[in-house]
Amino acid sequence: MIVELGHYALILAFALSLIQSVVPLVGAHKGWGDWMAVANPLASAQFALIALSFAALTWAFVTSDFSVALVVDNSHTAKPMIYKISGVWGNHEGSLLLWVLILVLFGACAAWFGGNLPATLQARVLAVQGSIGAAFMAFTIFTSNPFTRMTFPPFDGSDLNPLLQDPGLAFHPPFLYLGYVGLSMAFSFAVAALIEGRVDAAWGRWVRPWTLAAWVFLTIGIALGSWWAYYELGWGGFWFWDPVENASFMPWLFATALLHSAIVVEKRETLKAWTILLAILGFGFSLLGTFIVRSGLLTSVHAFASDPERGVWILIIFAFFMGVALTLFAWRSSAMESKGVFATVSRESAVLLNNVLLAVSSFVIFVGTMWPLVAEMFFDRVLSVGPPFFNAAFTPFMVALAIVLPVGAVLPWKRGNVLKAARSMWGVAVLAVVMGALVWVMQTGGSIMAPIGVVLGVWVVVGALNDLWQRTGRGVFTGRIRRITRLPRADWGKATSHAGLGVTIFAIAAMLGWETEDIRVAHIGQSFVHEGYTLTLTDVRRVEGPNYISTMGFVDVTRDGRMVAELTPEKRVYPAAGMPTTEAAIDYGFFRDVYLALGDPQEGGGWALRTYIKPFANWLWAGCILMALGGLISLSDRRFRVAAGARSTPGIATPAE
Amino acid sequence: MRVFLLLLMLFAAPVVSLAPMPALAVQPDEVLDDPALEARARALSTGLRCVVCRNESIDESNADLARDMRIILRERLVAGDTDAQAVQFLVDRYGEYVLLNPQRDGVNLILWVAAPVLLLLGLGVAAMAVRRRARPEEPLSDAEKARLKEILRE
Repeated sequence: MIVELGHYALILAFALSLIQSVVPLVGAHKGWGDWMAVANPLASAQFALIALSFAALTWAFVTSDFSVALVVDNSHTAKPMIYKISGVWGNHEGSLLLWVLILVLFGACAAWFGGNLPATLQARVLAVQGSIGAAFMAFTIFTSNPFTRMTFPPFDGSDLNPLLQDPGLAFHPPFLYLGYVGLSMAFSFAVAALIEGRVDAAWGRWVRPWTLAAWVFLTIGIALGSWWAYYELGWGGFWFWDPVENASFMPWLFATALLHSAIVVEKRETLKAWTILLAILGFGFSLLGTFIVRSGLLTSVHAFASDPERGVWILIIFAFFMGVALTLFAWRSSAMESKGVFATVSRESAVLLNNVLLAVSSFVIFVGTMWPLVAEMFFDRVLSVGPPFFNAAFTPFMVALAIVLPVGAVLPWKRGNVLKAARSMWGVAVLAVVMGALVWVMQTGGSIMAPIGVVLGVWVVVGALNDLWQRTGRGVFTGRIRRITRLPRADWGKATSHAGLGVTIFAIAAMLGWETEDIRVAHIGQSFVHEGYTLTLTDVRRVEGPNYISTMGFVDVTRDGRMVAELTPEKRVYPAAGMPTTEAAIDYGFFRDVYLALGDPQEGGGWALRTYIKPFANWLWAGCILMALGGLISLSDRRFRVAAGARSTPGIATPAE
Repeated sequence: MRVFLLLLMLFAAPVVSLAPMPALAVQPDEVLDDPALEARARALSTGLRCVVCRNESIDESNADLARDMRIILRERLVAGDTDAQAVQFLVDRYGEYVLLNPQRDGVNLILWVAAPVLLLLGLGVAAMAVRRRARPEEPLSDAEKARLKEILRE
């Protein structure tokens, strides 16, 4: 009964979304206030209905209701409770419902907190958001109904894919979807502005926090996915340039670009058309990402719930929304007149350069990701495009971005002076190069990659600190220290995020440049030494988990006679799903991770064992967390709270700094 | 609607990779005695794709076929092949598909020049935008100059 209620709520929400996508739009066009006012209650009602629907599906999973086909295919009574819940979105149908839930949540937020928007703009935003909702609800109901019942319910389910039974993956999709779908808000605002024919500072002030929130979620989602791959797939890689990873990375790059150009719209009322285009493309790449992930068109290590036939429908949705939005853009963008002028050397130009680098690098990833498909369809060449290509094609963009970033961040708005900016950056540059040179001299052999990473990392991190310091103006040291604590949170957020990027760049270079590996047959009781660590395989035992059987190795790790850790790398078999997984054992450290993976028993006795020392591995994710944290700090800035709350009339422009 | 139901039945089963029991990627018994040769083999194998896997290199993959490919690669290196010859041997056998680093010939050139061309395009568009915005502010008209003088005198 509860399941049918959920199904019914979903259909009802679909009907409401159809009304929401038409009535407010007509109302805004004709100037009928009561038609526009329909949007708000509709958006709230949709959220309530989809939440009910999602709760019903969750209930079916939690109680292991095996009369529901989806539960049978993706759950098992012996599965721990957290994975029963995460199993709701660990499959195609359920994850779509989560997608829709987040979409209507964002729509409802625009209704709840958008009271200060011009009435026509809000009505149009909600109408566009409603039409996206209608498309995805139709897709869910007609092709991917999560509530289908079984005629003959089995006694037990066939379990969730064991790789997905992991805390990292329980939270990874919701965060990623919050990011993907969050970009729909920027899209709705962009399309609404095109219909309206007007973009002003108030528009920028509204779009920016939504984009920032989406970007924060996307950053966390990608970092979680990367961390999960690091410890789960068994060889400690963290990024494979896999189509599915690229699918999440492309919207991230666009969101990053949009985030920056929205600031320009808000503060300087220029780059308007460009910002609108970024907002449209950002969501377009989100949809494309959803399509790539859902369709399984491109083979991927991460494809868990893909289905080519249904993927086509997402492609149709993508084509429709992009077609309409880009046509509107071509038709109306010339109406977006820019107010602010700026010189060639200025913060505006720097942001433009940032946007070009980010957008082009995203397109390069897009070309690389789709090329195998194009080459096979049109040129009859079956080929692969893998990490070597992406590393070669993408890395230069990030290096350029890292070099430009600290300078661009301190340039003044409107008109700047390169020499003046360079004077303040001089010390930072020397420090970065000296540190890099020092590292290069100290490391024996090894690639040039790590020293370059050090140079860029120091340059960006110290550059971010320098940015904060410059903001305090002139005067005595103590006065500046006092002023630095009173800087707006947006400044702190900016510096934190930029520093996070620097940390991540350094960590990637250090990990790739300095990682060491040892592959051997380890015999029980015998020790071996790797990189100063003495490792001893003390035992290998069979251990039973709740829904799996594990072969668990016990390895003592010591250094200079001191115990560092006892690690237990495992190989698991999940009988219900009939699938094996490797569970690496990792001793997380500040400067390095000791990473162990257990292999098969060998013919002459002993076990295959791989040992890695991964320097600065934690810094990679710490950098991502810093980036997200910076976004959150920025979001908590007083300006957003005040601006989003009481006054956002176009008349009050934020003064240029 | 029937089509949808049919599709639903067809694809209701979870699509997961039917990987064989995992061995570890590179097995201890595969490792060559000569560290220089082994290093070359490892470097090459990160750029070769396991043809039965879902987007994994043979260096990472646990599949039996990836193991076979690793062993073939090492045999060729031990036999004295250069890196290029050893890779070509695998390409002849399994096709261009095994190359994770796409060849730079024919239509693939489009792929390889995409990054620089797109960058130039992007920079060009941006430069145009900047130039348009950056034109100097128009000089004051005579009327404005007179008005300014007036204001300053006050």
